[in-house]
Amino acid sequence: MAAARPPAVPPSAARPLATRPPAGRPSTRGPAPRRRLPRVTVGSAALYTVAALAALAWLLPLLWAIDTSLKPEGETTLLPVTWSIAEPTLEAYRLVLARGDLVRWAVNSTVTTVIVTVLTLVLCVLAAYGFSRFDFRGRGWLFALVIGGILIPPQTLIVPQFVLMTQLGLVDTYWGVALPQVVAPVFVFILKRFFDAVPREYEDAARMDGAGPARILWSVVLPLSRPVLTAVGIFTFIGAWNNFLWPFIVTTDPEMMTLPVGLGTVAGQYGVQYAQVMASAVLGAVPLLLVFLLFQKNIVTGVAGAGIKG
Amino acid sequence: MTTRAPAAPPDGRTDLPDVRRRPAARTGLWFVLPFLAFYLVFLLWPAIVGFGYTFTDRSLAGGPTSFVGLENWAESLTDPAMWESLWNTLVFTVLSVPLMVALALALALLTDHARKLGWFLRFGFFAPFVLPVAVMTLIWGWMYNPSLGLFNGMLGRIGVEGPEWLFGEGTAMVSVVVATAWWQVGFNYLLYLAAMQSIPGDVYEAAAIDGAGAWQRIGRITLPLLARTTALIAVLQLIGSLRVFEQIYLMTSGGPNFATRTAIQYIYDSGFVGLRIGLASSMAYVFMVIVIAASVAQFRLFSRKEA
Repeated sequence: MAAARPPAVPPSAARPLATRPPAGRPSTRGPAPRRRLPRVTVGSAALYTVAALAALAWLLPLLWAIDTSLKPEGETTLLPVTWSIAEPTLEAYRLVLARGDLVRWAVNSTVTTVIVTVLTLVLCVLAAYGFSRFDFRGRGWLFALVIGGILIPPQTLIVPQFVLMTQLGLVDTYWGVALPQVVAPVFVFILKRFFDAVPREYEDAARMDGAGPARILWSVVLPLSRPVLTAVGIFTFIGAWNNFLWPFIVTTDPEMMTLPVGLGTVAGQYGVQYAQVMASAVLGAVPLLLVFLLFQKNIVTGVAGAGIKG
Repeated sequence: MTTRAPAAPPDGRTDLPDVRRRPAARTGLWFVLPFLAFYLVFLLWPAIVGFGYTFTDRSLAGGPTSFVGLENWAESLTDPAMWESLWNTLVFTVLSVPLMVALALALALLTDHARKLGWFLRFGFFAPFVLPVAVMTLIWGWMYNPSLGLFNGMLGRIGVEGPEWLFGEGTAMVSVVVATAWWQVGFNYLLYLAAMQSIPGDVYEAAAIDGAGAWQRIGRITLPLLARTTALIAVLQLIGSLRVFEQIYLMTSGGPNFATRTAIQYIYDSGFVGLRIGLASSMAYVFMVIVIAASVAQFRLFSRKEA
């Protein structure tokens, strides 16, 4: 959004996956004038009450999980069900952390997620730039092939992908978890559309100065693409961190599981120790909630700009 | 990326229909090649090999493999359990898509109007989206617990005996849909919110001057201008809902009595529990065709409406 408006939208970008201003008329007067804030009336008081209640209701499951996690195990099964805690304690957290597997899974998740995010960004940026700027032979059908890949649900490939990983000896390894996740044709599509919109005059200037294509991409195009790169990076990160099915299939050793897989398969078996189960759920929620808090702005504008779904 | 093409023609134009420009041509290929390699190995190759598997009795446990012709296809297409899993997927989709579009719209409208609460509302409504699936299922499984859970606890206080939720054949699917909506609606919500906030304020001001009330402004301006966004969200949600697996698997394992087993779980069960690669692959292809057909059909439908 920060990048300069393209002189003309190329036809390949005409099918918008993205939400754009529905009217399509860019405001020529700088930022659109803010809507006047409503006066304090009965209507707006009701509106704010409803909004606040809705948000509270939305947070209720998280609050309930925290509430349960702070109870001693004996209190979690008391009837009638209550929010109040007679003797609040962090014992459940202590026990869960002492078991150590949660930390191990978080490390596994971090390693695999970083591999996926970095590789996805590098591969997709290079491919998108190649498709956007060079008229090589076979470009048309290669791009069609990549775009066609968007339609294939990756979940339907789990069996042959698993056989492949067995043949490559990558079952129960970080690479085994990460590699099949880096093929994200939808990001090639999104990035190409963005690169197409970057005016070529900038690059022409750099080319006059003798810069090669890799140099131009790195020092001219990428800096102009920071918003879209951040968005793609964050969504790849969230998607990889939260991916369940593939890591679930390719890891059998609890030592190699990612956080969602470990939580889903092993932690679920803590059985009736509800305070500990909820404590592990709360701990499992923390990393990405922090990421979200840190990058809230990028996430919101990223969704707005790209309409991408992980 | 070490290939440094000799400087492009002085006019710097790369889009001329000049077939003879070999150096630039090869440079482009080098940029695209790394992605294509991964694409080939981890997506295209499995897709092709998987199709081959459908004609064999290959087992995940190893052992000799032989060609069995169309047996797997015949078996999967005549297996009532497969049709039931497709039906369950369809039920989940039909329940979840309208809910998750309407809910996203309602929450976005609230946020767009209650602007002073903006940050808090955005956090509240979107935060569940970033939770790992297992965190969501642990929390909701606990809330749905028939005897000790929050829902039946609250119902018990007003003297109502709550349902079995995830353990009832009639209630399991609805329970899963509700939990899914809570978890995933945040993305649709942000799409709506972004679209709403890009509607220029003067449109509303003009309407207000003409005497349009708040509801009229929503009905006559906001909603019509959001038609394209709604189409996008519906398509994305349809594709996402058809692919449902993990939250259901973790909450009900497909039960009770297979009432919530979805298509992906059928593939998983055949391949990784039954160890029958061929059968699982044929089902995977049936399902892949359905998903692709649904996506293409819906895209067509919406683009025709716009034209």
